[in-house]
Amino acid sequence: MWMMIKRIFTSGAKNFVRSGAVTFATVLVMSVTLMIIGSLIFLSAILGSTLTTLQDKVDVNVYFVTDAQERDIVGIQRKLEGLPEVASVTYSSREQRLEEFRARHEDDELTLQALDELADNPLGASLAIKAQNPSQYEGIVEFLSKDPTISPAEGPIIDSINYYQNKTVIERLTSAINATERAGLVIVILFAIASTVIALATIRLAIYTSRDEIAVMRLVGASNGYIRGPFIVAGVLSGLIAALIALAIFYPATWYAGKALSVWLGGFNLFTYYLSNFGLVFSIIMGSGVLLGALASWLAVRRYLRV
Amino acid sequence: MIYFDKVTKIHHDGTPGLEDVTISIAPKEFVSVVGHSGAGKTTLLKMLLAEDRPTDGTVYFESTDVHALPKSQLHHYRRKIGMVFQDFRLIPNKTAYENIAFAMEAAGRPQDEIELDVPHILDLVDLGTKAHHFPSQLSGGEQQRVAIGRAIINQPDVIVADEPTGNLDPVNTYEIMDILKKINELGTTVLITTHNKGVVDSMGRRVITMDRGRVVRDDQQGQYVL
Repeated sequence: MWMMIKRIFTSGAKNFVRSGAVTFATVLVMSVTLMIIGSLIFLSAILGSTLTTLQDKVDVNVYFVTDAQERDIVGIQRKLEGLPEVASVTYSSREQRLEEFRARHEDDELTLQALDELADNPLGASLAIKAQNPSQYEGIVEFLSKDPTISPAEGPIIDSINYYQNKTVIERLTSAINATERAGLVIVILFAIASTVIALATIRLAIYTSRDEIAVMRLVGASNGYIRGPFIVAGVLSGLIAALIALAIFYPATWYAGKALSVWLGGFNLFTYYLSNFGLVFSIIMGSGVLLGALASWLAVRRYLRV
Repeated sequence: MIYFDKVTKIHHDGTPGLEDVTISIAPKEFVSVVGHSGAGKTTLLKMLLAEDRPTDGTVYFESTDVHALPKSQLHHYRRKIGMVFQDFRLIPNKTAYENIAFAMEAAGRPQDEIELDVPHILDLVDLGTKAHHFPSQLSGGEQQRVAIGRAIINQPDVIVADEPTGNLDPVNTYEIMDILKKINELGTTVLITTHNKGVVDSMGRRVITMDRGRVVRDDQQGQYVL
């Protein structure tokens, strides 16, 4: 048994080396396939990071009236933080908001002068709310407007909620994010299927040239498993080498793409992503390469083993 | 040893390949099957190798019904028969040595036995110096000698040769027939098909003549008569 396995491996390796041109073509096609699969990993990483950056920028601000009590505000903050949908709630006091306002308008003399004319700080405190998911803002805002503590007897303490101003933007963003995710997934699957079919066809073509050989092996009295083995070994070898080529090409490719795209992608760098997730990318690419080579060879040889 | 019992084969397109063929071949015989192209010689061999099944009748090899063998047993059966073809059918990316060794490897023989037997067989077919040549580097006669080496390496009970000299010049034809005769003298049954009158007549052995799927003559010390 062990002897037969050893023979299958040596014979597979020899076939791989000796059918040079065919092997070369197969490896090339497979590495292109694996590169497409790899760029799908990168694409989904880019999409994912862009989505989180975008989602991070969405928030809802609750502005309080100037005479709202800090403990009432903190009470609302506690309540909001208790909601499962809420990711974070940041409190800005009246003084902080004034400073922010000044900073934002530091080039605008007129506004600053007008602000100085006022005896009192005209800005109320605010809470910035971030939800776990953009679709949950609606419910959070509803929760706030229904809460009895925000409109006690002495008059409402909330001046405005900017959700209503941002509503359409938030909704559009939410649907755009979902559509992008779905479209990305469809493209991923289509590309993967197309490139796999091409690789399968190439390997089948490579084995087609060996069909007479397979017939001879059968006549000489080789069992089906013994005939199939070396082809599968050669297929797996092609897959391994194609995977190494793809992984090697990713190195300069992501370095270049990372440099060119990182500003555009809000600081996301493909190269650092590749390096830090090398284990994952390596195992996906290697795994697909080996699987593709073995499966394609197995299917192709099966055609010629039928009596 | 080999017994065709009323074997009839009708091809898929409806043309008859063999009609009611009954032949018995004893151990250590040297049998030539002659006939025009399409007479059914190759079909007869395919029946023996279980490459194709008969429409009617049975083929026996040492009292086993060849076509009743399960697929998983077929390769064991085929190792009892050494095949030689008109077009040699060597594996192109294996050297002469490896082509012969392959048949032993496939049969699961240990490495030390292979290393001992293959050079011996290469010497027998007079190819000792060209062991590491690929088929494309060998002449037709040399390729056929490799094929014969491959056929006999597992010490089969029968050598079946389909037009073994069909692609060869007279000198090589003579050499190949000489080797086959030698193998027969060492105790192996030989069954060949041929067109070559000279080959058949010079052998002076049993000749079965076929025509349109039927056996028309069967002579113990036959001549090529058509």
